[in-house]
Amino acid sequence: MFGQQNIYYLLCISKYFKMENEKYLNDITEIKNLMNKSSRFISLSGLSGILAGVYALVGAWMAYKTIYFDTSTMGAYRDLIISEAAVIRLLIIATSVLVLSIVTGIVLSISKARKSHENVWNSASKRLVINFMIPLATGGFFIIFLIEKNMLGLVAPLTLIFYGLACVNASKYTLGDVRYLGITMIALGLLSTWFLGYGLLFWALGFGGCHILYGSLMYFKYERK
Amino acid sequence: MTMLNIIQNINKAFDHRIRLGIMSVLMVNESADFNMLKELLGVTDGNLASHTKALELENYIQIEKQFIGKKPNTKYSATKEGRDAFTAHIEALEKLIKKS
Repeated sequence: MFGQQNIYYLLCISKYFKMENEKYLNDITEIKNLMNKSSRFISLSGLSGILAGVYALVGAWMAYKTIYFDTSTMGAYRDLIISEAAVIRLLIIATSVLVLSIVTGIVLSISKARKSHENVWNSASKRLVINFMIPLATGGFFIIFLIEKNMLGLVAPLTLIFYGLACVNASKYTLGDVRYLGITMIALGLLSTWFLGYGLLFWALGFGGCHILYGSLMYFKYERK
Repeated sequence: MTMLNIIQNINKAFDHRIRLGIMSVLMVNESADFNMLKELLGVTDGNLASHTKALELENYIQIEKQFIGKKPNTKYSATKEGRDAFTAHIEALEKLIKKS
């Protein structure tokens, strides 16, 4: 069937493609790498997620003590009628947890970016912050107005839901795992709307448990190498 | 598809690390400015300028010069033509890898 010459050509071509193949593989890897690097902030630290979870658990414990051992608490737990002093204390706890988590997140992400020689404040991280902040700030103001109007029951579910939406929205601009953290948070938020009165428990489960869970997942997936 | 057809889809314009990089970034970003590309690709000014010029001549990217305050700023974005050509290029690469 094949002439001598044809077989020779065939050999040449297949050898040529073996060599070229490696180059094509490198090209594909390079394309994927640059697409990721230029559109996603990949230096997000999983460790900071774990620590944020720990702060949240400590905060939840302090909140628990404030609400349920508050001597001025009136009525049943479910009505959540608490004194103004307790509300202020809760706000201080929540703000501290938030600020501490953000600072830890920024510091650890900077150090992770430095290790991989990446710029921290680039167009990818800017987009991440903006898209994370839009649902989060919306929720933040909404919840502050609710507190101001003394409608406290929905505060815990709503923080979970808006935080979850912020994560889902931001996940397009960072590690994809954040999307699942967001979805879990939204589900917990909805559940806690149904089981009103167990807000703090869901809150601890979401901001504490989920952060630790997904933070460790990301830590082992991307950082421990 | 035969081997020859696939190879015809391998685009010479993208057969260089820097041009491949520029297109990759512009495929997933609405636009990118000169400094962003420089930083992502780790190349010198002159090098980047010559490769963006080459892609512009092929009509694969468009260049938009503007001023941000007093600083001149050059923005690059992929054209429809460039997107289609790059997509075909990637598909051809993937097919070649699968074949061998």
